[in-house]
Amino acid sequence: MAGVAGSVASRAGGASKVRRVTRDPAWARALLMMLALGFVGLFVVAPLAVVFSEAVRGGLGPFVAAVAHPETWSAIKLSLLVVVLAVPLNIVFGVAAAWAIARFEFRGKGALITLIDLPFAVSPVVSGMIFVLLFGGHGLLGPYLRPMGIKVIFALPGIVLATAFVTFPFVARELIPFWQARGSQDEEAAQVLGAGPWTTLFRVSLPTAKYALLYGVVLSTARALGEFGAVSVVSGHIRGRTNTLPLHVEILYGEYQFQAAFAVASLFALMGIATLGAKWALERKMAADHER
Amino acid sequence: MGALGAALGAGCSAKGDPNEILNVSFDPTRELYAEYNALFAAHWAALGNPTPKVVQSHGGSGKQARAVIDGIDADVVTLALGYDIDVLAERRLVARGWRERLPDRSAPFTSAIVFLVRGGNPKSIRDWDDLARGDVAVITPNPKTSGGARWNYLAAWGYELRRSGGDEAKAQAFVEVMFRRVPVLDSGARAATTTFVERKIGDVLIAWESEAMLAAKKLSAGSVEIVTPPTSIAAEPPVAVVDAIVDYRGTRGLAEAYLQRLWEDDAQRLGAKHFYRPRGAGAAPEGMFRSIELFTIDEIGGGWQQAQPKHFADGGIFDRIYEDR
Amino acid sequence: MSRPSHNLPGFRLSLGLTLTYLSILVLLPLAMIPLKAADLGGDALLRAMTSPRAIASYKLTFGASLGAATVNAFFGVIVAWVLVRYDFRGKRVLDALVDLPFALPTAVGGLALTALYAKNGWLGAPLERLGIEVAFQPLGVAAALTFVGLPFVVRTVQPVLEDLDPEMEEAAAMLGASRLLTFRRIVLPVLLPAITTGFALAFARAVGEYGSVVFISGNMPMKTEITPLLIMTKLEQYDYAGATALAMVMLAVSFTLLLLINRLQLRLGRAKAQG
Repeated sequence: MAGVAGSVASRAGGASKVRRVTRDPAWARALLMMLALGFVGLFVVAPLAVVFSEAVRGGLGPFVAAVAHPETWSAIKLSLLVVVLAVPLNIVFGVAAAWAIARFEFRGKGALITLIDLPFAVSPVVSGMIFVLLFGGHGLLGPYLRPMGIKVIFALPGIVLATAFVTFPFVARELIPFWQARGSQDEEAAQVLGAGPWTTLFRVSLPTAKYALLYGVVLSTARALGEFGAVSVVSGHIRGRTNTLPLHVEILYGEYQFQAAFAVASLFALMGIATLGAKWALERKMAADHER
Repeated sequence: MGALGAALGAGCSAKGDPNEILNVSFDPTRELYAEYNALFAAHWAALGNPTPKVVQSHGGSGKQARAVIDGIDADVVTLALGYDIDVLAERRLVARGWRERLPDRSAPFTSAIVFLVRGGNPKSIRDWDDLARGDVAVITPNPKTSGGARWNYLAAWGYELRRSGGDEAKAQAFVEVMFRRVPVLDSGARAATTTFVERKIGDVLIAWESEAMLAAKKLSAGSVEIVTPPTSIAAEPPVAVVDAIVDYRGTRGLAEAYLQRLWEDDAQRLGAKHFYRPRGAGAAPEGMFRSIELFTIDEIGGGWQQAQPKHFADGGIFDRIYEDR
Repeated sequence: MSRPSHNLPGFRLSLGLTLTYLSILVLLPLAMIPLKAADLGGDALLRAMTSPRAIASYKLTFGASLGAATVNAFFGVIVAWVLVRYDFRGKRVLDALVDLPFALPTAVGGLALTALYAKNGWLGAPLERLGIEVAFQPLGVAAALTFVGLPFVVRTVQPVLEDLDPEMEEAAAMLGASRLLTFRRIVLPVLLPAITTGFALAFARAVGEYGSVVFISGNMPMKTEITPLLIMTKLEQYDYAGATALAMVMLAVSFTLLLLINRLQLRLGRAKAQG
């Protein structure tokens, strides 16, 4: 995460100065290329090939039928709704957290960054469980919410909370290194010129960081769409109501509808590829902006 | 924060529609209940009621029971084993005497635990003692994570217990020998079937008859075949109304009618269509289910209340198979 | 890089908002773990944390994660090197593929890897002839964890490599140092913090992974049972306290690890700012 973040920050920071001053011998080049391609081939391309080949094994007809099935659509709609609710929460938080961390020195900053990172390292099983412990019928808050008619787990709010939890770090983690690297001269200048704090934020700070922000959003969205473990614990698996897209894949697989399962799974791969295309475009744009 | 409020607001639907019930069920019953729900809705409407809507949730039996404990609004539960409903009764969600409220210990259908073997039965597996042979690798899901698989384990236990005239030490030794030769313990029944049929691991899969027949029909026909042992346990997947929920939501009448109707002829025929052994005579086509001598869990271990802690709790007999090496 | 300034507005608001949101969404839910585990009481808690099953699962979980992170550290550097230093057709594609494990739901990754590495799979069949079994073995767990952790080392090393000033390498080459010596003495020390960070991230991600592993591990108690699966097993028995006991061990490890990475990064950041 910090790494993914780093790539945006530093590329924006002028990484295009790759000069060919030092060359590796031809044999080393060949060897390293082989190792790199072999590794990615073995662990990324091969599984991806399995997904796509299984998805079209019985022809395109069943593929289209699986993707167009009403239950698939309701799962897609739910997954998108969850993204639309969870990601903006994390944008607001991410901007606030990055502002505090990148622009000010205070005690306990290291601990704060670590706490922001923590959801990333928590097992999805645990991420789901803690919300059950909190909002479940025998949980800490559940028994009080219940008489008020508020359902959290086994309903949309629980899925949104679990998703917001697992995607919590991404926006903040993209913005922090960017703003740190960028420095605060622009904002200070704006202040001197009499701009109010919100004007500074919306007219100066965010526009300069728009690509880092956007990349954080892209990562959060990808992770939110794909989250399986945590959502599986809080969803309740109610057909047509609380089944997200990854859960739907599992259901199809469990019903021996292997082709349909992989067809829906291939949607993720396609979305992933589209996301990565968007990211690539962003980086090019960023590099171009930087050179200007 | 506003979005969070909106999300919380969306979850507010206090008691919901009294003409809609949620059936929280275990994994393999999806097709059965999809058809039964249509059948029941037509029947209920014909009695002059508004057409009801039955919503389904499917998952591992234990996981589903846990969801009910943790607050999913299940009007009825239709699970893989009585223990998972007993757990609800312990927490006062279901009345204590739930088992006696409906016929047949509240299980509208049964299934037998049978074997799925490779085509032509190359290892000539006929009966339970073949599963303890040195050259046979058995596939079964993990009974600790799969409720359905607890029946598999108890079938093996019960076979040896009955054969040895009630010698528990022998029964224990038998399941130990068998389970130590299991190469993969999947977390659920369908995953185990996939391991056996698609990944081609193991010589025999222990499965519910309903699941074995479905797998033989749906997956690579001819490459596997069903072997029905002379004796086995009767798997009884029970159903119950969740009293705490139906009284809160005001859906008791609808929920009770929904479950009672499972014993009617057309519902029983539907059960047979989905490979469950019906209770009613004549609901299944002649010869569909091979005859088998079935024993119940009450006969071999005094019911789930005793069997569960003894065999499947942490440190129970099943755990000791793996920990005492 | 300029020093953070206190002239800017919004410190209280932004920090207040951060702490509030963090408390509601992360700290309060996570506090449920020690809270629930305390139900057990000291002795039982310790016993749940150190049962033979639990110990065996830690060994597998941490061992396989360590193995996967090591493989990722080694190959991650090579992939990053190739991506930064070489020009070739399809470089963009390779670059994009690195992030894919991040976008694919882990369960899908697990299903695909199992199909691939099972005895009758595309890769499992030839490997079996060599006497190597992957699926349903600890090696399969490591393979799945390598998949989920793949992006991290590449993505931490890549930007550092891009920023690396080639003059040092040039100088070393002119002084007659071999390419390998230059790499070891000049490049590697600069990359090392990034490699460590990537390694730790891949490790932290792998330790908690569940979705992809359950399909490929075979879930044999004492042999291929990972700690998150053991937590699931506890939940299955309505044993929330026991589940949280194991969750606490995992949480403590993750937290310590992340704290160390962030300390390292902050120190490096400061060193860079001063330099």
